[in-house]
Amino acid sequence: MGEFKVHRVRFFDYMPSAIRAMAFNSRTERLALSRADGALEVFNFADSYFQEKVIPGQDGRAVEALCWVRGRLFSAGLNGEITEYDLENLRPKYTMEAYGGPVWTICSNSQGTHLAIGCEDGTVKIFEVLEETIRFQRNLDRQKGRIISLSWHPSGALIAAGMMDMIKVFNAESGHATHRLLVERGVGASKSREVVVWSVAFLSDHTIISGDSAGKVQVWDGVTGTLVRTHLVTKWDVLALSDESSLLAGTSEGTVVQFQFISSTVDQHDKEWVRTRTFKNHTHDVRALAHTDTAVVSGGMDTQLVVRPLLEKVEKNTQESALRKIAFPHRSLVSCGKKAGMLLFQFHGHLELWRLGESDGHGKPGDSLPVKRKPEKLIQLKRKGDDHICCSALSPCGGWLAYSTISSVRLYRLQYNGSNISITKVAKLPKVLRSAHQLCFSSDSSKLFASTTHSSVIIIALSQSECKYLHTLRPKSGTRQPVHLMSASEDGKWLATANSDCEIHVYSLHKLKLHCTVPVYSSCPTAMAIHPTTSNLVMVHADQQIFEYSLVQKEYTEWSRKLQKQGLHHLWLARDTPITHLTFNPRNPAHIIMHDTYMFCIIDQNLICKTFQVRSLFGVKLQTMAYHMEHLLCVSLLEDHSLVVVERPLLDIASQLPAPVRQKKFAT
Amino acid sequence: MAALYEGYTLCGLVQAQNQSDSGIQGIESERDSDHVVVTDSTRSVTLYKVSDQKPLGSWTVKQGQTLTCSAVYNSHTKEYVAVSDNKVSSDVWRVHSVPGGEPVVLFQRGAVRLLDSLLSAPQQPVEEVLAQEEAIRWSTTVIAEAAQFVIFQTEQKGDHFLYLQRPNLNAVQRYRLEREEPGLSPLSFSASYRDKHINLLYLYPNGHVYQSVVSVRGPGMEEEAQALPLPRNLLFALPVGEGLLGAASALALDEAHVAVVGVPHPSAGAGKDFLCIWNTNFQTLQAGKEMSGKIYGQLWSYSSKLFIPHGKSLSVIPYECPKSSLASALGKLRQARTEGEMRKIHTNNNTEIKRTVSHLSLCYTSCTLSSTSTAPVEEVQREVEGLLSRSDIQELQPSVGQLASSLVSRSVADPAFYTPGTLAQLVHTQCLCHSVCPDLLLLALERKDYFLCQLCLQLFPDVPEAVTCACLKTFIRCSEKLSIVVVDAQGAVLPTVFFQHGLEVLQTAYSDTFLLPHLKDLSSQQVILFLQYLQFLYLRYSQDTFTQTHGLRSPTLTQIMDWVCLLLDAHFTVLVMTPEAKGLLLNLHRFVKSQVRLFSELGKIEGSLEELQKIKVKKEVGQYSIEVIELF
Repeated sequence: MGEFKVHRVRFFDYMPSAIRAMAFNSRTERLALSRADGALEVFNFADSYFQEKVIPGQDGRAVEALCWVRGRLFSAGLNGEITEYDLENLRPKYTMEAYGGPVWTICSNSQGTHLAIGCEDGTVKIFEVLEETIRFQRNLDRQKGRIISLSWHPSGALIAAGMMDMIKVFNAESGHATHRLLVERGVGASKSREVVVWSVAFLSDHTIISGDSAGKVQVWDGVTGTLVRTHLVTKWDVLALSDESSLLAGTSEGTVVQFQFISSTVDQHDKEWVRTRTFKNHTHDVRALAHTDTAVVSGGMDTQLVVRPLLEKVEKNTQESALRKIAFPHRSLVSCGKKAGMLLFQFHGHLELWRLGESDGHGKPGDSLPVKRKPEKLIQLKRKGDDHICCSALSPCGGWLAYSTISSVRLYRLQYNGSNISITKVAKLPKVLRSAHQLCFSSDSSKLFASTTHSSVIIIALSQSECKYLHTLRPKSGTRQPVHLMSASEDGKWLATANSDCEIHVYSLHKLKLHCTVPVYSSCPTAMAIHPTTSNLVMVHADQQIFEYSLVQKEYTEWSRKLQKQGLHHLWLARDTPITHLTFNPRNPAHIIMHDTYMFCIIDQNLICKTFQVRSLFGVKLQTMAYHMEHLLCVSLLEDHSLVVVERPLLDIASQLPAPVRQKKFAT
Repeated sequence: MAALYEGYTLCGLVQAQNQSDSGIQGIESERDSDHVVVTDSTRSVTLYKVSDQKPLGSWTVKQGQTLTCSAVYNSHTKEYVAVSDNKVSSDVWRVHSVPGGEPVVLFQRGAVRLLDSLLSAPQQPVEEVLAQEEAIRWSTTVIAEAAQFVIFQTEQKGDHFLYLQRPNLNAVQRYRLEREEPGLSPLSFSASYRDKHINLLYLYPNGHVYQSVVSVRGPGMEEEAQALPLPRNLLFALPVGEGLLGAASALALDEAHVAVVGVPHPSAGAGKDFLCIWNTNFQTLQAGKEMSGKIYGQLWSYSSKLFIPHGKSLSVIPYECPKSSLASALGKLRQARTEGEMRKIHTNNNTEIKRTVSHLSLCYTSCTLSSTSTAPVEEVQREVEGLLSRSDIQELQPSVGQLASSLVSRSVADPAFYTPGTLAQLVHTQCLCHSVCPDLLLLALERKDYFLCQLCLQLFPDVPEAVTCACLKTFIRCSEKLSIVVVDAQGAVLPTVFFQHGLEVLQTAYSDTFLLPHLKDLSSQQVILFLQYLQFLYLRYSQDTFTQTHGLRSPTLTQIMDWVCLLLDAHFTVLVMTPEAKGLLLNLHRFVKSQVRLFSELGKIEGSLEELQKIKVKKEVGQYSIEVIELF
């Protein structure tokens, strides 16, 4: 492969925001999570935990609770609104004012017919779930003090509500409170402070379990309204709970405590809730928990999503039994102006355009070259409006910049003469271009591709004088899913799109029509690119499989078939972050450069043909370690054949987090 | 270390019809070390002056006749003896002649006659010694204890026998060779006389080289008596690769070296023929030289030259086998040196020993060597200096030993003769070691040349413990007489002489077991003095103020401590009973105790600090850098 000059970029101050709420849909195996900036993410747990969808946030929208009703996703927040999301167009579908002040919690009955929300004003409001919307049905008896947490009894007849200093049980039919369970305050100084029941769980045997700000997990008899057992879990708050025969409590210290309903001694028949395990996978507050069939899923202030398999539920020493930490988005936030040596960084609120530095030195491998010209931030572009940026793109020549929110697309003309930069907004964009899920420029920077509803792609022709709508490409499959990957070929002939239905469509840009559809593979593509010389489409999927599809022959290539026949190396398959970008080495057409969060590698198609060369592959992996590269957000090749590696070490992120709850540790 | 020098061609080979034959029947020495007689396999005999590579004369028998054994030179009559068409009175196997001996004739049926007696009565009956179907395969003659032996080896139906005959006494010793693997006959024999015994060396096709020692005063053979079994020991098994050796020969050069031809070089590929010199004591390959062309398995050696027919020529290869020592054979160095610049003394790389010394420098060496035995001190000094300046030391390595030995032996014999500077110079070449010249160090001690002693102690890798101890004693003794002293921290008085010389003693290599008995010979006064000295050193060194003083090589703390321990081991009971030693011992005890305490504390700190090492030192990475990386 030889020597490369590498620009190691560590000035992308990407900062993920804290995880606020989580909801797991066990039917579809999708985990929805919301972040402090209001963004929503959907992970497909059935497909290697791939981050399938991202709905950008909005200023002023804070999602406090999430709830799945069958395949529909609802959220409620402190802005007092209930929102249902359009998962096909990645935007809120509608928002409904609850008229009860800030909403603390939302929860559906197990039948999926009704939603209950807990409001600041002390009301529990019941909404009926209709086909396209929800409709307010009634209030339960209004209480003094805010409703912090709610849980329906599986029968749907009773609702437990966590409040300040107490838990109330309501009859869902009559709306009357049937029980009042008083929760003890903390001891000592905290005696004077109200205790907040952060979470409740109402189990089918009428057991109510609560977690509160005094650090207690309490087990109540919901029939008699008596306290059965108190577990003091932490000195700090117990923040979240989840349910049935195994129960999880997250604490401010970053631990997750598991309780199980088992008999405490072997020969005893009467079971009780016993504290069994403690996991410590977070440095900060655990704000959200989910309990899948096999794993504990947790997230919180430290921004990482942690999937901790329960070892009695999974086979040991398999990929499934490994702890996963998802720290970075599964899509690229960096676009690279290959010809101009520029990088565009996407933040939720702004964009940064940087020009890379220069060095005229030469050196041997391992050397750091003297930087003749430092990298320079050319532009910091603040977005307009409340909606956060969902995608952005920089043209290869560095002359165009585009970004989209859910409400608008903006295109800018950049003029840079080496010292001064001017940026001009392109005033009149075609009306058809309202918002885009993905944006991409053609390699000659003459066209802008924007994917919109139903996986269609709008083509805009760019020129100095005007921007003209050219065409809309539509797949024939009738899919309603959004496009999450888009790639144009170097020669300007082809455009490939991939959507959440795992479909990959290839369009002929000359004929402006669909050229072919790659046979659908069960796992979602995470990166793809069209080979500049052979016009083969190389795809990598969430399950780490690699395919190569000939656009000319409209079939998988010989190489791809051989690879499938041989199977990939288990070490390759065991990696737990998806390949997020791939590119080709112009010096050797058989080389594919790929990267995930932890490594970048070169796949030599000639070698891989014989046996999948993991030796060289992991040699490279070791090499990235040797150069202390970590947490790669982007690896790209510039036109001058130098590599750009954008790193964002987790330590840098951790150092920007607020201080965790202070704990006395040994010798500190 | 043995060395093979650049060879030269003596003559071309007249190829016989039979390709496997070199065309040379035999090579015999002539009047002196520079003349040989070469007999070819057909009709001619040629006399060569070896150093000139030039024939001096040639004789050819009549057409139709052939020479059936190689011609020999009769040094008494200055005549050449050759046999044509086997015939004298009975079929002749060979005529043997050695300088200082009479030519003897060995008949094919085993009878031996002196040439004189045969010539005086040519028609005399010749008895049959050998049995039916027994035939001679090889023969030689050896002068032992002023008696001449004819040794020959025979084969009879796969059995091999060895005969020792003294022609004047008509006494025969007959031995049966032990059988090697079935069907294997010895490829080559060589015999030499050493220490009242005849040493036989023989090589089998499987690469085994055996040595048998036969007493020259062995029992005479009774008529029809059974042949005695010939005891043998496997000298070494040469690596033969696959298959068996075809044409090969092993020749004993001296008691420790064997020249071997036709056996593959252990580290060269197949298909290459080498002439090698092996050291039998250490079983090491000392020198090797590739021989181009076919090897015929013939090898002769006269006056430090090997004669070897190969390909289409007969080559002469001078060699040298200096007295070997373990140090030179193995290239063993003394324990880790403190100076980095110490040159490695001996290379032990068996594979690439290729030394070339020009004839010129060899000549110088011999000139110098001869002058050392007679010339006055100044001349010797000049000669040696000249020699050392002239040639590469590495090439001279064998001769340095000889020079030193001859200088030392002359000094020992002549009390008036001593060349300290020259000897020091020779020692400085670092080509010497104790085993090469064992008397040197003792001579220096005797002549009170402490500088040379120190030098030897410093540079010799193999000083025996007894000698080390002798030096030590001398140093202590002479310091007792002198009154110049160094006063140590405790106020103890130490003589400076000892102070200077003792350091080298402490740094020699030794083994406890061998040193201990010699240390016991020290008197208690000497022990106390030495202990005082060691304690002084230890105190000084542990304070680290002393290490680099005087430009002396200084022993390590561990070395000092080892000596203290050894000394206490050897003399503890005596010391305990000696009142003068009490204070010293208590001091030592106190000091050691405090050191132990200190070290245990240091150990704890080390434990904590080790943790620091485990923390990976991460390269400080800034916000941006341009680097060069290599991907594969």
